[in-house]
Amino acid sequence: MNLADYIRERRARRGILLMTHAVVGYPSLEANRRMLDAMISADVDLVELQLPFSEPVADGPLFVKANLDALAGGASHGQYWNLFSETAARAPFPVLAMCYYNSAFRMGHAAFCERLRGSGGRGFIIPDLPREEYGDLEALSAENGLAAIQFFTPTSTDERMMRLAQGARGFVYCVARRGVTGSATELDRGLYDLLARYRRMTDLPLALGFGIASADDIRRLRGVVDIAIVGSALLRSWERGGEDAYRAHLTEMAQARYS
Amino acid sequence: MTQELFDFTKPGYYGQYGGAFVPEILRATLDELIAAFDAARADDQFWGAYVRELQTYSCRPTPVTPLPNLTKKLGGATICCKREDLNHTGAHKVNNVIGQGLLAKRMNKTRVIAETGAGQHGVATATMAARFGFECTIYMGAVDVRRQRPNVFWMEQLGATVVPIEDGSATLKDAINACLRDWSESMDSTHYVLGTACGPHPFPHMVSYFQSIIGQEARGQMLTQSGRLPDRVYACVGGGSNALGMFVPFIKNPEVELVGVEAGGHGIESGRHAARIPAHDIGVAQGYKTLFLQDDEGQMRETHSVAAGLDYIGVSPILAHLADTGRVRFTAARDDEAIAAAKLLIATEGIIPALESSHAFAGAIREAPSMRPDEIVLINLSGRGDKDIFTIADAIGDERWFSYLREMGARR
Ligand SMILES: Cc1ncc(COP(=O)(O)O)c(C=O)c1O
Repeated sequence: MNLADYIRERRARRGILLMTHAVVGYPSLEANRRMLDAMISADVDLVELQLPFSEPVADGPLFVKANLDALAGGASHGQYWNLFSETAARAPFPVLAMCYYNSAFRMGHAAFCERLRGSGGRGFIIPDLPREEYGDLEALSAENGLAAIQFFTPTSTDERMMRLAQGARGFVYCVARRGVTGSATELDRGLYDLLARYRRMTDLPLALGFGIASADDIRRLRGVVDIAIVGSALLRSWERGGEDAYRAHLTEMAQARYS
Repeated sequence: MTQELFDFTKPGYYGQYGGAFVPEILRATLDELIAAFDAARADDQFWGAYVRELQTYSCRPTPVTPLPNLTKKLGGATICCKREDLNHTGAHKVNNVIGQGLLAKRMNKTRVIAETGAGQHGVATATMAARFGFECTIYMGAVDVRRQRPNVFWMEQLGATVVPIEDGSATLKDAINACLRDWSESMDSTHYVLGTACGPHPFPHMVSYFQSIIGQEARGQMLTQSGRLPDRVYACVGGGSNALGMFVPFIKNPEVELVGVEAGGHGIESGRHAARIPAHDIGVAQGYKTLFLQDDEGQMRETHSVAAGLDYIGVSPILAHLADTGRVRFTAARDDEAIAAAKLLIATEGIIPALESSHAFAGAIREAPSMRPDEIVLINLSGRGDKDIFTIADAIGDERWFSYLREMGARR
């Protein structure tokens, strides 16, 4: 089943889906495995694994630190793909790669797509690669059955979103506000209007990211978007209270999908 | 200006380099900037207003100074230099900053942000912001804050907020990332005054366009003063703005050899340098595709140069292309060569060069002796060296300076 259909099918049974995130190698590979255990227990719907990069321009302070500390701790492409394939093999949810473009560019588009497919990946999110710079990556991702995730943002014009939607597969990553990952987002009238605008631009499922932090946020987004993306908030729980705090926070958010 | 000098294979590309690799949130902002830049270039009043501002605020045209003592000492080519050090704030950086300031006004922005390495671009931006009435934030790597304290002091006096960046290598590249993050949020009110010919389109083009005033003037000055164009032109290459500003107006004269001098640090073989051209590693970071100092997995490497303004992972996509086509020849000068060149220029001509610019001199000093006296060498003296007093005094090991510092420290 393609990724969009998987999402639609699951979405028919749940008010909203949950996509979680981990920076591979931060705080450690062992910690990543325990985070992934928690994601499996919580039955999250999708997971993105981030390949650390030395210049993470789309990320806020917490993920910048995560990227740089992972690299300082020796994180490598080899470790990343090992954890990726191990996860894709054992987890029930689809796993997506999130990386900055230089990682894919240095591997080469074909090698990147083959490696990702070979590791059991279902798609990729590259925040610093606009569609017009895809080149043969668009065709190669289609050939490898990988969903190339596109972004809608509050500054995107309608015309631009229509162009991006043509290349989009799986779902569209909807950015909730200006800025980078990590800081809070007001779930207010302005945001709902924005989401209504996004909705008119594509038939693909919509995933909302940037600043979603609590079970309450998830409840308020039920029926408004298809997927809530949670990254920094969960990592912050791990930083504050370790595995227990992480599990508790994740379980609460996962339950907020229904109640 | 530069527009007709480059074959754009696609907009924003120079051969295989350039482009705009930014998060989608910034796409519309870059489009707005491209439109404003295009409109400004199409407006016959704009370039004139730019030049007038620089003439009345920043000592333009800066002179071309013959260097007879250095020429005699080296015993080869006839040497002269373009005096960008005489600009207001002491470097070529002000040219680009005034140009972008005028553009920011046309776009009705109320705030400007900038990265800075040496602090020159930060000081120039803070100065422009004070004059044009913009709010101003300067991002600067924490390592650079330590080695360029006098510039931090002046930026703050000029009313700018200076934010030290501790991430990564805490140098120029990290300050650029911080600017891109700020801009992702603040673009409605804010213009990002990128300080060199790098970053996403249209910055490489726009910065070269404004800086080309250097070469335009120098070209005319050479014709009047020497009756012909120089045989070789040298410029130091950090991001590439002073080099492109100098080179671009000579590009269509193949008889003029253009030489870019990168930071050789402790020597290329030591791995501690900032020479991006020799390894020829193409990558994408900080919004553009170019040659970066990076490892096999595309992680950016630590760079090193005694000159903070050259201590950077990437090089202008325009220069990367001109290196590929062979139009610009590249070489590197080590830290010790740059310091020796600075000492020589100070002693022979009474000119105190910035350590960045001293790399251009070091490149020329190495090659000029094997040239004929009827050959002319033009060096871009991109900035003055006052800001480097701590680094140069350190390198020279001046005991009286150290005891002065101790006394000053004891007084507080
Ligand atoms: C005096 C001076 N020269 C050169 C540079 C290097 O920059 P670019 O290569 O853009 O001219 C700097 C940068 O700070 C500088 O201050």
